[in-house]
Amino acid sequence: MTTGVVFNIQRFAVHDGPGIRTTVFLKGCALGCPWCHNPESRPFGPVLSILPERCVVCDACIEVCPPGLARPPGADSTIYGTDPKRCLRCGACAEACPSGARTLVGRASTVDSLMFDLDKDRIFYDESGGGVTFSGGEPVTPGRNVEFLLAALAACRVRDYHTAVDTSGHAPRETLLAVAEVTDLFLYDLKLMDDELHRSWVGVGNRLILENLEALAATDTEIWVRVPLIPGVNDDERNLEATAAFVASLPKPCPIHLLPYHRIGGDKYRRLGESYPMDQVLPPSREHTGAIAAGFRSYGLEVKIGG
Amino acid sequence: MRDRVAQLRQHSVETRPFISAERARLLTEFYAANDGKYSVPVMRALAFKYLCGHKTIYIGESELIVGERGPEPLATPTFPELTCHSLEDLEILDSREKTSYGVSPEVIEAYNETVIPYWRGRSIRERAFQLLPPEWHDAYEAGIFTEFMEQRAPGHTVADGKIYKKGLLEFKEEIAATIVDLDFIDDPEAYDKREQLTAMDIAADSLIFLAQRHAEMARQLAEVELDEGRKAELHRIARNCERVPAHAPTDFWEALQAYWFYHLGVITELNGWDSFNPGHLDQHLEPFYVKGLDDGSIDREDAKELLECFWVKFNNHPAPPKVGVTAAESGTYTDFANINLGGLKRDGTDGVNEVSYLLLEVIDEMHILQPSNNIQLSRKTPDRFLKAAAKVIRNGYGFPSVFNADSVVEELLRQGKTVEDAREGGTSGCVETGAFGKEAYILTGYFNLVKIFEVTLNNGWDPRTGKQLGPETGDADDFESIEELFEAWRTQVHHFVDIKLRGNHVFDRLYATAAPAPLLSLITDDCIRKGKDYNDGGARYNTSYIQGVGTGTLTDSLAAIQHLVFDQRSLSMKELLEALDSDFEDQEKLRQLLVNKPPKYGNDDDAADDLMVACFEAFYEAVEGRPNARGGEYHINMLPTTCHIYFGSVIGATPDGRHASQPLSEGISPVQGSDRHGPTAVFKSAAKMDHIKTGGTLLNMKFTPHLLAGDDGIDNLSSLIRGYFKMDSHHVQFNVVTADALREAQARPDEHRHLIVRVAGYSDYFCDLSQALQDEIIARTEHEGF
Repeated sequence: MTTGVVFNIQRFAVHDGPGIRTTVFLKGCALGCPWCHNPESRPFGPVLSILPERCVVCDACIEVCPPGLARPPGADSTIYGTDPKRCLRCGACAEACPSGARTLVGRASTVDSLMFDLDKDRIFYDESGGGVTFSGGEPVTPGRNVEFLLAALAACRVRDYHTAVDTSGHAPRETLLAVAEVTDLFLYDLKLMDDELHRSWVGVGNRLILENLEALAATDTEIWVRVPLIPGVNDDERNLEATAAFVASLPKPCPIHLLPYHRIGGDKYRRLGESYPMDQVLPPSREHTGAIAAGFRSYGLEVKIGG
Repeated sequence: MRDRVAQLRQHSVETRPFISAERARLLTEFYAANDGKYSVPVMRALAFKYLCGHKTIYIGESELIVGERGPEPLATPTFPELTCHSLEDLEILDSREKTSYGVSPEVIEAYNETVIPYWRGRSIRERAFQLLPPEWHDAYEAGIFTEFMEQRAPGHTVADGKIYKKGLLEFKEEIAATIVDLDFIDDPEAYDKREQLTAMDIAADSLIFLAQRHAEMARQLAEVELDEGRKAELHRIARNCERVPAHAPTDFWEALQAYWFYHLGVITELNGWDSFNPGHLDQHLEPFYVKGLDDGSIDREDAKELLECFWVKFNNHPAPPKVGVTAAESGTYTDFANINLGGLKRDGTDGVNEVSYLLLEVIDEMHILQPSNNIQLSRKTPDRFLKAAAKVIRNGYGFPSVFNADSVVEELLRQGKTVEDAREGGTSGCVETGAFGKEAYILTGYFNLVKIFEVTLNNGWDPRTGKQLGPETGDADDFESIEELFEAWRTQVHHFVDIKLRGNHVFDRLYATAAPAPLLSLITDDCIRKGKDYNDGGARYNTSYIQGVGTGTLTDSLAAIQHLVFDQRSLSMKELLEALDSDFEDQEKLRQLLVNKPPKYGNDDDAADDLMVACFEAFYEAVEGRPNARGGEYHINMLPTTCHIYFGSVIGATPDGRHASQPLSEGISPVQGSDRHGPTAVFKSAAKMDHIKTGGTLLNMKFTPHLLAGDDGIDNLSSLIRGYFKMDSHHVQFNVVTADALREAQARPDEHRHLIVRVAGYSDYFCDLSQALQDEIIARTEHEGF
């Protein structure tokens, strides 16, 4: 049976496509964007997240940990206990934790069990013209979740749910085209137009991403281009103009959604035992974002601020 | 908003409510001089006449709609014949921190010298308490249930459209014709009917006389008025008061003034619960509005000004204050007149009209505590109207709340109303369904489903009062399944419903025989035809409700026991009961487990929601269809107003991890903070209850503003509501405010006096709420993503 590693199912998602949606977050991403607000999504396997303030220091985690590594959060322990390499990622500690301080992020799911959750809000999809969005991580990753994604998209199509796939575009073309066959909308991220800068910020070049977008724009599937506005990374005029020119040159009109950087995800790094690389970066001002939107509009593009 | 409205509004908002002894004094005078001379209905009617003839008449400087229940705005009369305040009660009212009422030395003097000496031992409350059995008193004192009629008369009633189509002189003709037709030989009730009808006739004359006194005063004021514009207005007011309510109104202004006199009469005659209410105001006013536009006598802005002046009148009338324990605890000025917008017409077509939109603007501009207001949303209601309402909701005043008109009709049909009467109905008070102008639907008290669960866990014994309140349904230790525990609870519910009903019959008969309401009766079908009083089964439909409280806390408590005690067997019942007894002292780990691990209601999880449905059905079966003393039946409602705070205060720790004395969940909302999957999951869980079997459910949702931003936000809010209603649910209301904003208001109340929040079926000033309620509102889950 096809399974995927799901780390969150968000109901009443209203920023990931039209209407009221359920967004399915799949684990694993090859990119390393330092502004990522879902850092728990990066590894393909489960990770532990700990909220120290919730810990009631009851020792429940110590009692159940099979290798005996777990410790209450504190100076003498990492997230993964006294010897992180030996942690099984089994989640026994999270299961036992009475206060919800510990969570195991990411669980294997079958398509059937996923659909059980997606069906719950059918009535709201119908009322709002909403549906289901697959996000991540990077949901379009061959050998990882893509089989699961394709099966889930097919199951949604049987039910007549509108579907969207939120992708970085960093995936084999044929895989993306296969996804395009069974989805209604791509939410397609464009971060940086310069190949080298792209590589230096997120770890991979952008050539594949840009060519894939051109290829997808030739299909019938709708595309919303999403541009995260990260101060000091990609909000310079040169990059934005290049982005606008590129999107305007695509074979079909694709609206631009500007996603101003925010720090809401910052606390997640702390809970994963990591430091937040963009701690000092402030969200762009409303005026700056407005000016950028105007710049895009001057290319004849439809622009929206926010998802 | 015009200056006139701004001034009237400001005066209404900034004046501190105060007690007026005028009504108590006049009533006592009249009773002292006349008691024993007349039948009870005629005595009540003559007392009303005396009040109408002697009360102080007030016409404010720039008012367009006139009439005050007291001698001036915010003056709040008392009703000693129902419940007589003690001097201590009056002192508490004056000094209490929240929603206080000013009490002058003159009021104290009047009470001390005249009112208390006369009414001591005579009030309905005192008479009822003597007649109630000991088990009723024990359950009442334990906090198993409350009793609405111990302090206020049966109310919850709403006007239909007849008062705009005929005047009191025509009602008098109907009364006279009915008296003529009485059969004094073969109908042994003919005498009683004649007395009742005579009382209605006197009440009609009294209200006409009250209006006439306003006409005279307006004319006198006009004579000395220097401003020509105001002089003309005063002459017009005088003409209005001469025409209505004696005759049917002929234009928009008269229509509002006509309603207002009926309103004043109903709330002067008795202090019925939830004041009085014009119901489908937009539908009633539409013909006058259209006619006024056509003949050029009114324009849109004039109409709005009149409506806004009308709005202020409601806010000038705070709820009559309570006595006893509740004098210290009961915290709201709101009297629950709840105006309906939209809905359906008698013929089943959409009821939205231009006045509906106008009223939304009034609500938005006025944002005052009273009147409450709501939209009745049917499948036929245009999206344009829903979205216009959503924009007002987004502004965060807590108004309007939203009702499912199709469900309301279905609920009324299930109870046996005709389809036309059902469509003319709507909701009043908090969320209560009724056939407007034709039904006495009486809420009789809140019912503490969680307290009964605590008593069940203790084999019928109440840990707080130390009394054996219920039957011995078994030691909790001995239960081997959740079903056995549930059956024990069900037995206890039946036991306490029986006690409640026994008490209710006493109140029903006392009001029927000692406190008839002739004015309310004459405008409620079919009291004239039957020659019977509203309080004695005269209405076409006579319904009683018991209101279940604590759905979320009860469900989560059962789910926790099922999950940990019976399924996982990781906790013994004995350990759990010991932890509850000690309020989780040194048991924080266990408490955290109870809070975090078991399934919780409000997450669209059948593991919890199935238990909710079972509890609901059991309560329903215990109450549904049982006879009341007015010839009608009992049904259930699921709403708490603010009673979940009081009910929580009488209960120890509960198996859902709730600490002793903390508030219960309110309405059918999940336990505060336990809904973790957003609003659609809450809606799905709540809709698993069969709302159609109730006469109202209350669901409270809190949103932070930014998710409602823009057109998308309005679209999403509209879709959420439509989705919830598609599942045959009854009602939803929204608090649109951030937790930080509330904390700030809590810290600096003086700077945030005007912050209104939706509490539980009504809106109130946040800073007027108790600390506990403030804390609870802050704690309510802010939905993820908002």
